[in-house]
Amino acid sequence: MLGDEAIAQGAIDGGMSGIYAYPGTPSTEILEFVQHAPLAKERNIHRLWSTNEKTAMECGLGMSYAGKRVMVCMKHVGLNVAADPFVNSAITGANGGLIYTIADDPSMHSSQNEQDSRALAKFALIPVFEPSNQQEAYDMAYSGFQFSEKYKLPVMLRITTRLAHSRSGVARKEVKPENSVKLPENPTQFVLLPAIARKQYKDLLKKQELLEMESENSVFNKYIDADNKSMGIIACGLAYNYLLENYEDGKVPYPVLKLGQYPLPKKMIQRMVNECDSILVLEDGYPVVEELLKGFLGIGINVKGRLDGTVPRDGELDPNIVASALGIKQEFGSDKPKIVENRPPSFCSGCGHIDTYSAMNEVVDRYGRGRVFADIGCYTLAALPPFNAINSCVDMGASVTMAKGASDAGLRPAVAVIGDSTFTHSGITGLLDAVVENTPMTLIISDNGTTGMTGGQESNAVGKVEDICKGIGVDPNHIRVITPLKKNHEENVKIMQEEFEYNGLSVIVSRRECIQTLKRRNAMKFAKKMD
Amino acid sequence: MKTDIILAGVGGQGILSIAASIGMAALKINLHLKQAEVHGMSQRGGDVQSHLRISDKEIASDLIPKGKADIIISVEPMESLRYLPYLSPTGWIVTNTKPFINIPNYPELENVMNEIKKQKNYIMIDADSIANELGSARSSNMVMLGAASPFLNISFETLEQGIRDIFGRKGEEVVNVNLAALKAGRDFAEKNR
Repeated sequence: MLGDEAIAQGAIDGGMSGIYAYPGTPSTEILEFVQHAPLAKERNIHRLWSTNEKTAMECGLGMSYAGKRVMVCMKHVGLNVAADPFVNSAITGANGGLIYTIADDPSMHSSQNEQDSRALAKFALIPVFEPSNQQEAYDMAYSGFQFSEKYKLPVMLRITTRLAHSRSGVARKEVKPENSVKLPENPTQFVLLPAIARKQYKDLLKKQELLEMESENSVFNKYIDADNKSMGIIACGLAYNYLLENYEDGKVPYPVLKLGQYPLPKKMIQRMVNECDSILVLEDGYPVVEELLKGFLGIGINVKGRLDGTVPRDGELDPNIVASALGIKQEFGSDKPKIVENRPPSFCSGCGHIDTYSAMNEVVDRYGRGRVFADIGCYTLAALPPFNAINSCVDMGASVTMAKGASDAGLRPAVAVIGDSTFTHSGITGLLDAVVENTPMTLIISDNGTTGMTGGQESNAVGKVEDICKGIGVDPNHIRVITPLKKNHEENVKIMQEEFEYNGLSVIVSRRECIQTLKRRNAMKFAKKMD
Repeated sequence: MKTDIILAGVGGQGILSIAASIGMAALKINLHLKQAEVHGMSQRGGDVQSHLRISDKEIASDLIPKGKADIIISVEPMESLRYLPYLSPTGWIVTNTKPFINIPNYPELENVMNEIKKQKNYIMIDADSIANELGSARSSNMVMLGAASPFLNISFETLEQGIRDIFGRKGEEVVNVNLAALKAGRDFAEKNR
């Protein structure tokens, strides 16, 4: 099973009644797995996509309020969108078991940054589980609900791309029954009025000591002693595997603390500090543990890791990086020949975005490039040659609001490009800002009817785009719908030109089905016919 | 016994179908397995690779260390060269010779071939033509698997059984096409190694 699939299976077997998520690499396969799991169908586990990560997390919190076990999944940057419910849910606490599975993407394989969600969990005072392999991922999801219910707290299951998208055997446990609906014992538990919140925040602070005790005794945290005390190694999550890889039969000559549960187990770390001359911290993501141990001035413990250059400051770990940190000699194969060229991702042949951008570029060129604000999705690929069509990609929905800001500053025409799924995720509120001021700008909604980049999940925008625009007050005369096909090129150019010239807010819906979902649909039709 | 395999290609070429066939065979003989895949952005026509590790002992890392791969199986010639730093001095390259050209600066094919020929152990196979001759263009990845089969430390019969299990649901005809493709790849490798 993929790490993502192991988590989904663990959650189902652990008695989950609902999963809420918005697609985002590398977390997408978790909910997808639940959608295809027979037991999920049999139990009617909630498993539809949410509109964004914030709505997903709030639905999760509601299901927890009602006493049932629930998982909420997203990629790391999705947690920024859901930060408000995330931080506050530590103070409300949980009722039914509540797990937030957050998938970080060190090395930015498919992301804008490589932020480390452990830092946000620490900020919110939420306990974290970090698996080192697929079996632990299953086990943590399976037992995480119980842990959450024991402390009446949401827990974070933090994974990285490598674990999410790597496959290995997983042994399942006995399937647990679901919880029945049961309201919180304290009817004001979820009411964060200041007077209540102050009291609950104190409770949350008090719980930290108990959580630390749990970490000391956790099966996921292991102190493995060894003779060579010149160095002790703290290996978080997957880093433990890279460490073992570098020694015959996994026999590390130094004491090792294998870390899979936070807050940090103080006694275990104290022991390592007492017994070893120095400490090497191996962690995927930010130097979260390392910074804590090192302290601001670095004058206490001798800590090595990302901050002193023993390990590179950024990027994903791998067995070779860990070998270098350990001073192990390595022999690589021959260098990559110079003739090997980069092969960046590109639009699929026949993709509707291509025709949208071809028309748009022709019109934009009449004014000069540098005025197109885009968003997160397949259509971001237009930043690359031969299109070089877009000038921004920051966060979900930022195309609309950045175009508005640039228009406010006097840039005319100002153009935003967003996909249908990203529009409903976070574009609508920004568009309302532009409606209120009738901001001169044109929003192109490149509508392929799916969440394409993550593999074609259902888009909550389908069938609603024009109505949403009209509903929040965009002038219907300036909501134009076009079909991005080569044969419509001249007409599409003309329409774009008209709306770019309009001194107010306009929306162009450029609609054609994603070529990938179309292919899949046709293949299924064909298969049905054959049956 | 441990075999570290790098599968290489371009997003959309279906390298994971090769991985799945090897994986199925490995599980049949109770080997441990870890397989790291690339999902997401690169699947849109970018370079993709998968690290597949099979062993009779427990496997630690999901990623193969550089210099340790026993074989690079590439369904595209230029992509076979991208992962040379991973190949062990005794490792093999098994690559398809049919280029997938979706970038304007794709190097001269002859130069690509010459670079491959500079390596110590390699098999260059026109898997697409062989698959076409068998009347099933879609089975070129099975030809590739057949060409790689002498180097996998898994018996040919076990691989065949794995393919029967994977394609069994699709009927006898599909199974036979894929078995024939596997055999054709194997024969080519035996003749040209």
